[in-house]
Amino acid sequence: MKRQQVLDLYFVEARAKLLDVAAFLDRADRAEGKDDFRLKAFRQALGQLRAGGADRARRVLVKLSDRTTQPVKAAGDKSACGAPPPK
Amino acid sequence: MRFIEPHAHMVSRTTDDYQALVTSGCEAVCEPAFWAGFDRRSAEGFYDYFCQLTEHEPKRAAKFGLPHFCWICLNPKESENLRLATEVMALIPQFLDRPNVLGIGEIGLNKNSRNELRVFEQQVDLAAKYDQLILVHTPHLEDKLKGTRLIVNALKADRRIKPERVIIDHVEEHTIELALDAGFWAGMTLYPDSKCSPARAVDMIENYGAERLWMNSACDWGVSTPLAVPRAGLEMRRRGHSAEAVDKMLRGNARQFLSQSPKFKLAGD
Repeated sequence: MKRQQVLDLYFVEARAKLLDVAAFLDRADRAEGKDDFRLKAFRQALGQLRAGGADRARRVLVKLSDRTTQPVKAAGDKSACGAPPPK
Repeated sequence: MRFIEPHAHMVSRTTDDYQALVTSGCEAVCEPAFWAGFDRRSAEGFYDYFCQLTEHEPKRAAKFGLPHFCWICLNPKESENLRLATEVMALIPQFLDRPNVLGIGEIGLNKNSRNELRVFEQQVDLAAKYDQLILVHTPHLEDKLKGTRLIVNALKADRRIKPERVIIDHVEEHTIELALDAGFWAGMTLYPDSKCSPARAVDMIENYGAERLWMNSACDWGVSTPLAVPRAGLEMRRRGHSAEAVDKMLRGNARQFLSQSPKFKLAGD
């Protein structure tokens, strides 16, 4: 696809998602309390959007990933939370 | 648009979903064994579930004219208890000869624990001993990258495993190369809030090519969309992909992989 076609197909959709992210951050800032590890990781990952290169999605995913290499001792909780918890 | 749904948990879905799949062009559905949303208390619970996958669900699908295939295994979310895992794995061989069973799956990791990895390796061994196809579940969200690396390393360490007979499912942009570069197939799961959107899946097709790649809905008891695969086909069409390219991604590739099992047949085969 030409860039113009990409913009014609996806700009309004991406604009809406950008506003959702902005509104989410506003909501979190408005709420009482502190950032936890998830919001800190989210803010760090946002930096990848302004960086160059054509693999932003991959880099955001890596930023939000556990980058250790060894199996953990026990599974504990079954669910994932979207960002690596502090050890 | 004709398509194969290569990964759907139909025991969790309604008859409306069966109707929607068939009227949208679905030609076959494949159901890996998975976590029910709660832990089963005994191996007998798994025996009943394997019977459901191999006896009851194919009959339910047949009422809508839809061929139903399945995969048998102990899922990673219930692999932490090694005593239970051993009992469940002992049940698996008796189901592998059943007419709709395609292989061992979806085995894999969830929280990347030592026990999960041990049970994964034991089920890979089972697949090798019984010459079965393998379908691999990779972990969610922050655990996916590490888990996919552990899984790929374990599979590569077993010299009996032929990569072209293994599909590593739920890949995203940071894990797709790990699977494809090692010669495995890769599955992209289309979920509303996690895993992969149709637009990102089509990006990956454009970036990595359409070989050894399939798309699935993995629809289950959670928020998921049984028609995600044809909707991704629509996304391909919106971008100008040819009808042949759409057919290959929605039907041809899944058929190519699954036909490695002689039991996989579509109507007319």
